[in-house]
Amino acid sequence: MSGFRILVGCKRVIDYAVKVRVKPDKTGVVTEGVKHSMNPFDEIAVEEAVRMKEKKLASEIIAVSCGPQQCQETLRTALAMGVDRAIHVITEPKEYESMQPIHVSKILSKIATEEKADLVIVGKQAIDDDCNQTGQMTASLLDWPQATFASKIEKSNGDLSVMREIDGGLETIKVKVPAVLTSDLRLNEPRYATLPNIMKAKKKPLVTKKPSDYGVDITPRQEIVSVEDPPVRQAGQKVESVEELVTKLKEAGLV
Amino acid sequence: WKEVDMERFGDEADVLIVGGGPAGLSAACKLKLLANEQGKDLRVCLVEKAAEIGGHTLSGACIEPRSLEELFPNWREMGAPLKTEVKEDKFSYLTEKARIPIPVLPGMPMSNHGNYIVRLGNVVRWLGEQAEALGVEIYPGYAASEVLFHEDGSVKGIATNDVGIHKDGSPKETFERGMELHAKVTIFSEGCHGHLAKQLYKKFDLRKDCEPQTYGIGFKELWEIDPALHQPGKVEHTIGWPFDNNTYGGTFLYHLDEGPLIVVGIVVGLDYKNPYLSPFREFQRFKHHPSIEPLFRTGKRIGYGARALNEGGVQSIPKLTFPGGCLIGCSPGFMNVPKIKGTHNAMKSGMLAAESVFDLVTDEEKVSQSPTAGLEPVKYEENLKNSWLWKELHSVRNVRPSFNTSLGTVGGVIYTGLFYWIMRGKEPWTLHHGGPDNAKLKPAKECKVIDYPRPDGVVSFDLLTSVALTGTNHDHDQPAHLTLMDDSVPVNHNLAIYDGPEQRFCPAGVYEYVELEDGSGKRLQINAQNCIHCKTCDIKDPSQNINWVCPQGGEGPAYNGM
Repeated sequence: MSGFRILVGCKRVIDYAVKVRVKPDKTGVVTEGVKHSMNPFDEIAVEEAVRMKEKKLASEIIAVSCGPQQCQETLRTALAMGVDRAIHVITEPKEYESMQPIHVSKILSKIATEEKADLVIVGKQAIDDDCNQTGQMTASLLDWPQATFASKIEKSNGDLSVMREIDGGLETIKVKVPAVLTSDLRLNEPRYATLPNIMKAKKKPLVTKKPSDYGVDITPRQEIVSVEDPPVRQAGQKVESVEELVTKLKEAGLV
Repeated sequence: WKEVDMERFGDEADVLIVGGGPAGLSAACKLKLLANEQGKDLRVCLVEKAAEIGGHTLSGACIEPRSLEELFPNWREMGAPLKTEVKEDKFSYLTEKARIPIPVLPGMPMSNHGNYIVRLGNVVRWLGEQAEALGVEIYPGYAASEVLFHEDGSVKGIATNDVGIHKDGSPKETFERGMELHAKVTIFSEGCHGHLAKQLYKKFDLRKDCEPQTYGIGFKELWEIDPALHQPGKVEHTIGWPFDNNTYGGTFLYHLDEGPLIVVGIVVGLDYKNPYLSPFREFQRFKHHPSIEPLFRTGKRIGYGARALNEGGVQSIPKLTFPGGCLIGCSPGFMNVPKIKGTHNAMKSGMLAAESVFDLVTDEEKVSQSPTAGLEPVKYEENLKNSWLWKELHSVRNVRPSFNTSLGTVGGVIYTGLFYWIMRGKEPWTLHHGGPDNAKLKPAKECKVIDYPRPDGVVSFDLLTSVALTGTNHDHDQPAHLTLMDDSVPVNHNLAIYDGPEQRFCPAGVYEYVELEDGSGKRLQINAQNCIHCKTCDIKDPSQNINWVCPQGGEGPAYNGM
């Protein structure tokens, strides 16, 4: 039997080690010139897809990224890790600021249908918005089963057996293919994109498309009212006894 | 390590450039400009350890556009980010409370008429874009960690570092061997005190006819200030407070025409003698000077960084070429110290090297006549010595050493005023630096402890908050890249005699002397993750026991337009 065709979503986000700054006009955070990299959970998704190909469970991997021109660097990293080809769905920087999981999931589901994908694997959430919605919305649009927060994926006859990380511990479920999977931290440790592979990645196909090519309207459905720093932590007070604590709580009108 | 495949993949270029700063990128652009002009095919590859071009670039900076004009005469139309012309140029001598202006007369080295205040990281990023557009293959995120040699001893190229090694030296599952890049000529542009250059000096004895390099450490912060206080185009330099008369140091404060942003910083000569001196804390207390404190009180700090810079001038320039390659930029060191400008010279050296290397690699006769497999671009050094770069450096050669007499800073100012301004460096003598910086520290017991004020968290800050702003990060589970040649030396020598100066001169808090659990003494803790690749420890360690090697590519600071 031929292997799965896998679609992997990769988001370009501000690098996790960078100190994020709110823009003075409070409309968002500063991204100009700031170091970006692939969302760590998406790196894990790419790695899982590449491992499935190495185990001959998958036959082709396509990486997708939505956003401005620089997303091509993120896709090149995915290609260097072992993805076969990449699709860059380009948007203007301004449009990208208001792009939401609902828009991305519509694009991913359209591409999944067009490319006859068997699996869509994305990171469980992006480290910039922490939405944790794209995978689930994509599954719903495609009417496919979903296995989220995956920490282990194994083949089980024609289907998949996925171990999920949930609040109570670990849950193992059987998922019929085609399906949407979202990767959690312990799924794998991504490989490094080595220089020879970066060089080879330049020769792998990367096409640029627009959201309208997939019939998706990315008009914003939300308006960001303001973005602010969290309040500066105020100094606490030390109390000597329980009585003092109760007195202070009463003074503050909390008891 | 038994079952690990250690074979390395190799690739061949015509010219390889190590380091994507102003010098390396100028050389890359010039090589491709020449190749495209003459319709010749030339594969030029550039490797850079920062994750993005410009990510490890840190400078004041007030630059002379001279070299950029030579490289890209229509840089304005091309959109090079030189946005702020210098409009006002002030030089002062500070005391603790006062500011005494010193007139800046035209012809003095610190006169900045015609120069631009820039965010050098952005200029470097722009140069990178031009280089890519010209066809240079640029690979950021890959660090050259090893020089490769042909059997005849000439340089064959470099190898990037292996990745995926545990802290204890064992391989991880993700272990990947580095890659070899070979070229007929390898241009090394690692910036001040490059770690591969250090190896090349030894291997080819390049420093036998020059003095040891002398250095300074430069700190810089980027601030957003109250627009009412913002004066775009204003340049301020000071000497004097907070330094004593025997410590070489100065400060800069520039108002950028974007923002309202200003950059403020300090340079401390690394030949300082008191091991209790903390360059970082000198910088923090400088900002409290009454003449500038108001700027910071209502402002917001958005960037911080530090880097060593070279101050040796012509006396310390090594032989620049060797079989298989050459050195350009701040690595051999072309900074004009009284002007505090090195960028235009770094770029010029890159362009001169490119011309010589291009002639060499595209001339089949010269290639076949070369005595070694790696080619030596000898014309580069000849051309450099005949260019305006050498004349300029020669004329200022005595300024920096003039600060080393017992008259200290005052002596230096007098010398510069008398001899430089009047004689433009034509005096027949050449002063010397008096030995390497690491030998200048006095034992702690001969020196006074300096009582620094506590940072107030508004104008001045503590070290760790500052380091967080650099965005620096290293995979914690890798061998520390700050290596000690002898593990017993820090406690037995550095701590015992000099009270551990590395805990004070490191701008990132890498070195800490911590109490041993059993209370029997102290040990040196190396927090390698904090490192911002400034190279000061490798320079100033009095026992020269610390050896900086390159960590995995793509790590280190993430400066944004610094």
